[in-house]
Amino acid sequence: MTQTAVAASEVKPRRLPREIALTLTGYTLLALVLLWALFQLITKPTEFAQLFIAGLGNGALFALIALGYTMVYGIIELINFSHGDLFMLATVLSGIVCVSWFSVDSFTLGAVGAVALALVLAMAAAAALNVAAERIAYRRLRRAPKLAPLITAVGLSFAYQWFGQRQFMTGSTSKQWSTMFGSDGFNIGDIRVPYTTVIVIAVTIPLLLLMVYIVQRTRAGKAMRAVAQDQDAARLMGIDVDRTIAFTFAMGGALAGAAGLLYLQSIGTSNYNLGFRLGLIAFVAAVLGGIGNLQGAVLGGFIIGILQGLNDGLGLGQQWSQTVVFALLILLMVFKPEGILGSPTTEKV
Amino acid sequence: MTTTPEITTPPKELKPAKVGSRSSIAWPLGFLGVAVLIFVLNQWILPEASADVQSGFREWLPMSAVNEAVLWAIFALGLNIVVGYSGLLDLGYVAFWGIGGYVAGWLMAPFANQVAPQWNNLKISVWGHPLPGQDYGIHLNFWLVLIIAAVVCALAGVVIGAPTLRLKSDYLALVTLGFGEILPEVFRNGERVGPNGAWNITNGTKGITPVDQIGTGPFQLIPGVPDLLGPFDLTWKFIVYGGLLALAMFVSLRIREGRLGRAWLAIREDELAASMMGVPLMRTKLSAYAVGASFGGIGGVCYATHVGGVLADRFTFSVSIILLAMVVLGGMGNVWGVTIGALGLAWINSTGLSKFGDVYNDVTGGNVNFASHNFLIFGAVLVLFMLFRREGLIPETRTKQVLQEPERGEIESLGAEMEGTAEDTAAEGAHK
Repeated sequence: MTQTAVAASEVKPRRLPREIALTLTGYTLLALVLLWALFQLITKPTEFAQLFIAGLGNGALFALIALGYTMVYGIIELINFSHGDLFMLATVLSGIVCVSWFSVDSFTLGAVGAVALALVLAMAAAAALNVAAERIAYRRLRRAPKLAPLITAVGLSFAYQWFGQRQFMTGSTSKQWSTMFGSDGFNIGDIRVPYTTVIVIAVTIPLLLLMVYIVQRTRAGKAMRAVAQDQDAARLMGIDVDRTIAFTFAMGGALAGAAGLLYLQSIGTSNYNLGFRLGLIAFVAAVLGGIGNLQGAVLGGFIIGILQGLNDGLGLGQQWSQTVVFALLILLMVFKPEGILGSPTTEKV
Repeated sequence: MTTTPEITTPPKELKPAKVGSRSSIAWPLGFLGVAVLIFVLNQWILPEASADVQSGFREWLPMSAVNEAVLWAIFALGLNIVVGYSGLLDLGYVAFWGIGGYVAGWLMAPFANQVAPQWNNLKISVWGHPLPGQDYGIHLNFWLVLIIAAVVCALAGVVIGAPTLRLKSDYLALVTLGFGEILPEVFRNGERVGPNGAWNITNGTKGITPVDQIGTGPFQLIPGVPDLLGPFDLTWKFIVYGGLLALAMFVSLRIREGRLGRAWLAIREDELAASMMGVPLMRTKLSAYAVGASFGGIGGVCYATHVGGVLADRFTFSVSIILLAMVVLGGMGNVWGVTIGALGLAWINSTGLSKFGDVYNDVTGGNVNFASHNFLIFGAVLVLFMLFRREGLIPETRTKQVLQEPERGEIESLGAEMEGTAEDTAAEGAHK
């Protein structure tokens, strides 16, 4: 909210010794992680590059999901717990389109068309579902205390999981789907690059750029930023707040839909509860970059993807990957709660 | 939060909280009475009843499900202290359940001698009651372990709470969520930790079984009371767990009336104002975490004795969410609401849903597998409650007022009227 001149003059930045110590500790920890990565890079360059590429692919997916999270959070300050499950539904839907309708299992021209169609369908369906959820569940709760929409999001997450659990979707166990590339790839020197990673990055980067363009250059994006700042003021300026929020949900949903298809094409399995875990990781990515900040979400997604990849191969191992991600989150919260690219928020009084 | 909201309905019942211990003792005692009645019914009356009544009763209210529901209620009361009283959103409460469980696993099971290779001759018993043939390892008395677990969890609560003190609602939720995700992973992977994986601190996914029996101590002098409550003494365990639930209620109600409880409520309502009025924020918040967590520890030990072991797979994020749902649906901050919400939801989750399904199928001749729709039902209930009855089943008077007031924007408070939306919500608030 707006800050009066008097209040602004009263807030003087004072650096307590305790805060300086905290910042220093934070940077030391960061430096240690970087040193460790550097050490691994020097001692095992091939392995490092291999894991780095795998991490890059995952990071792109996290970035896509994280963008949806961060946009919704940025505009109505809601941790949309159902976002990950929306992604899961998109995964299954794209699998149904690709495999059950067109039986895609190899890289042909038809397969590319089918996957492209699935991409469009998944994006549209996820966007529509997200907008419907906003209309039915979140809109009425916009002025309610924060806990209410949060619980609603959890409820929706359960409802989505139920839908994913149906037999025609993925069933209650995990389901295998054939994919366009399988595990094919090409080699650069000793390093093997799966085709899917290339596809994931090739689809992700334009989408991310498009999103940044929409938010920063178009009228709708301007409206979004205005609504995020102050809904009432935006309304007074003639912005249709409801429509802007719905638009934000639509874009977040579409990104989750795209991420769903890419996930299925690169992993090849779906499970009704995969969304929750991935959604949490994506949310950590969004927070890491500074929640509400688009570039931050992308950066956070890639950082988490790469760190996780390195940890799986060279660090503690895959069984600890969740711990690494959440330890990162907690450290960040303690040392720099506003995230890497976020700006510190002043307390509203 | 930015303005003083206009109170549209005059606060009807703002009588001062009853100071004194009458209500805070009477109600838990009343509950204890009900628990004893249920116990008597199960232990002595039911075996005399006709076979039909008996089997019906056992189908609809199986003792193990009842016990589990009582334990869920203890956890929910603990979470209620953190979320309902102090307004600190905690999404990682399952961590304390887990810590309590593993304290039981270490201190009342043969497991301790597997922790390190050099410990395999370990044999400690402090009034312990090991199962026959399982007397190696560490065996402490159940009641001792309860206290230890409460203390350990309180410490863990402080450790988890400490880094979060500077953070506000959502960020706080995130950090607790982080801990709630890390600890289960530690439990799952704790089989080989330390140098060269020499230490086995949690036995991994295999879990720790069996856990000791509950000794009845001096009560065994009463005729009819067994000296040990083994895996199958469900009704006897029920009275133990029920007693602990009554204790949890008593503590919840009593602490609320005191200085600490009022400080918690003040923080929940407005942190800044509370700190200006001299409430020590750090200490108050940390004590909320500690007290809430110690309930979790007690419940965790009980749960370990209820299932007869500790299994890492039980401690998932969804447990935290279900507990939060119990607190919110029951009525945040209201001890009775939370208890009833917890007992009800836990029962529906374990038996209620499938039994209703059976009845429905019998009546309509349908073939619907209700249990497979639990996600939908649970999700829909959460959403509908949030849309139409945000304050929960049995709301706390205070929460109800806050939740039904329209929250007004800054400009509106200065006199501008907004497209009728604020009036609509105000009218809606006045209706309820």
